[in-house]
Amino acid sequence: MKPKILNNVRIVDPSSSADFVGSVVIEKGRIKEINEGTEVNKDSTEYEVYNLEGKVLAPGFIDMHVHLREPGFEAKETIESGTKAAVKGGFTSVCAMPNTDPPADKAATVKYIIEKAKEADNCHVLPIGCITKERKGEKIAEYGELKESGVVGLSDDGDTVMNSLVMRRSLEYAKNYDLPVLTHCEDEALVSKGQINEGYYSTILGLKGMPNEAEDIIVDRDIKLAALTGARLHICHISTREGVELIRKAKDKGLLVTAEVCPHHFSLTHEAVVSFDTSTKVKPPLRSEDDVEAIIEGLKDGIFDIIASDHAPHARHEKEVEYDYAPFGISGIETALPVTFTYLYHQKSLSLEQIIEKYTVNPAKALGLNIPSIEVGAVADLTVIDLDETKEVIKEDLTSIGKNNPYIGKELKGWPVMTMVEGEIKYIDEEVNKNAKD
Amino acid sequence: MTISRKDLLNMRDLSAAEVNTILDTAESMEEIIYRDVKKLPTLKGKSIINLFYEPSTRTRSSFELAGKYLGADMVNMNANVSSIKKGETLIDTARTLEAMGVDMIIIRHPVSGAPGLLAKSVNARVLNAGDGCHAHPTQALLDMYTMRKKFKSFEGLNVVILGDIAHSRVARSNIWGLIKMGAKVTLCAPNTLLPVEIKKMGVNVTSSLEDALQFADVMMALRVQFERQDESFFPSSREYAKYYGLNKEKLKHAKDSLMIMHPGPINRGIEISPEVYDSENSVIDEQVTGGVAIRMALLYLMGGEYDEAQNS
Ligand SMILES: [Zn+2]
Repeated sequence: MKPKILNNVRIVDPSSSADFVGSVVIEKGRIKEINEGTEVNKDSTEYEVYNLEGKVLAPGFIDMHVHLREPGFEAKETIESGTKAAVKGGFTSVCAMPNTDPPADKAATVKYIIEKAKEADNCHVLPIGCITKERKGEKIAEYGELKESGVVGLSDDGDTVMNSLVMRRSLEYAKNYDLPVLTHCEDEALVSKGQINEGYYSTILGLKGMPNEAEDIIVDRDIKLAALTGARLHICHISTREGVELIRKAKDKGLLVTAEVCPHHFSLTHEAVVSFDTSTKVKPPLRSEDDVEAIIEGLKDGIFDIIASDHAPHARHEKEVEYDYAPFGISGIETALPVTFTYLYHQKSLSLEQIIEKYTVNPAKALGLNIPSIEVGAVADLTVIDLDETKEVIKEDLTSIGKNNPYIGKELKGWPVMTMVEGEIKYIDEEVNKNAKD
Repeated sequence: MTISRKDLLNMRDLSAAEVNTILDTAESMEEIIYRDVKKLPTLKGKSIINLFYEPSTRTRSSFELAGKYLGADMVNMNANVSSIKKGETLIDTARTLEAMGVDMIIIRHPVSGAPGLLAKSVNARVLNAGDGCHAHPTQALLDMYTMRKKFKSFEGLNVVILGDIAHSRVARSNIWGLIKMGAKVTLCAPNTLLPVEIKKMGVNVTSSLEDALQFADVMMALRVQFERQDESFFPSSREYAKYYGLNKEKLKHAKDSLMIMHPGPINRGIEISPEVYDSENSVIDEQVTGGVAIRMALLYLMGGEYDEAQNS
């Protein structure tokens, strides 16, 4: 592999508050040199040189909430296709949620996932283990062995651990191994057979609603259990105003609580369901205008540390059905960054540095990983972004097997154009490749 | 005359002018129903499928007769039994019907939005005969047809819709239609059967039947959808009948001219007592006749080829 030079690029690294135009030299998978202002000229027979003028270079983005579907649901996605979609979406690391078949409640399954990820050789895959055996919500899984096999967190995502005592034990026991517990908050009984947010649109469309309270009740419960146990709690995909307030209070109290929000929850409201397009069917559901406002406020105030896609691909035939029959989920890993730049950066809700922080430093902290940074000696996991590129989302362009994406047909501004994992380019935009090589 | 839209999916999309056209056309169609020989050649050579994913003798036969009176070839397809069990999706079925050269599809489906999905997948015109808790436009039109006959205009007409609003596509379609035409709509139900934010549709809401009865010109009782209720929305049908059932005693509070309607089939003695059903306030049988007239009007108005250009 030839060493690489990235010239004339705007380097933005929240870990050191760096923001300057310069160049970076990458050798043997690591950053060898960083120069401010100057272009590096080296023998182009030995170096691959990219001129990235006008683009932003950030530490490699982490998507801490991804469903890769393998093992068990390979018709929806495989580790190979999902990680390929991830690097196209600008991510150098993804956390793999454990609601597979078999679920990742044992070391063997975790090892299988890690092995498959190595074979695919696209990006880093960080497995999440199950909170409970077989995800049944009854008995906690073997966290010691799971950690040894490589998990970075625990979750029964897709389902809530409804038994409060089991959740308490999970938090207590996870603390032993310093693993964060990632909670999916949804009171099963209150959600019932809900299809969309309970509100005006559920009423006029005649689809069964899920009230905000179904989410808020569990958020509140889990925060209380985190206080009781002193464990690390990560709250997944918050979608309600009250959720923001509960997390704000938890953080004010100094609890070890982190929280994430998904791009669809700050860019779309339940009005999107009017078309009965099943790609709008997601859990938690697209909420009201008021909730979306609160989510954006929460992002600004730092209540949400993390933005994650909750990439949930489904096979085409599963989503091309009547609304009630379709599974929940948005195949969002390839549009997460453009949606974020379009709705938060270009609308001036968040600065570039804040956005990068929520995709790099903060997820790493929540998971106890090394903090991604652009410094000499650091692993060259890097994401290059063109903030001004405007492109329509086209179904056929999506790499993920799942085409269930509500942004199809919409124009988004700000796209990842190059993703480098351990110094190797895993994705590069064709145009950028053509124009960038000197 | 035609309707310049490919499909009839809900009342929300229809303009007041379209509603008037449909109601006017139904008037001239009703006359045919009373003829000895009920046959017009209007839809001769057209094939129409009744695609029913939910049993409904009433709506299905109403469409079937309407089609036959206009000379169309009508085929019934009871989809619960055949296709779903074989794992055929709605879109598969749509493609099959399309390949058979069907001109119009009338669909009844337990899931909200299903007719729209079908409409997107076929060139044939699609008529919604009831989907989930979403819409039942032809029922709303026949209800409005029955009302207009007596009251001539909807302007200021006080219509109360009583009962299981939460699960009622009939209620939703009537609300859109009636409000569009200038009527005042009040919903009356126990709180558990009133969906959230329903007031945003422009209706009044009350839980007191007595209050609602005092000013109502029309009282439309809905069928209690026991089959949709896997949760406890009210404690028992006995209690429901006591507080929300229409009986002679309660009608003492009402105007003498009150029109009593019900989309059928009735849970007798629960929503409406037998004596009220048989009273002269009740127009439930007239609704059935109006149903055939409305469906004839719609098949007639939508029977022509759909031309994309005329709509743009
Ligand atoms: Zn989840």
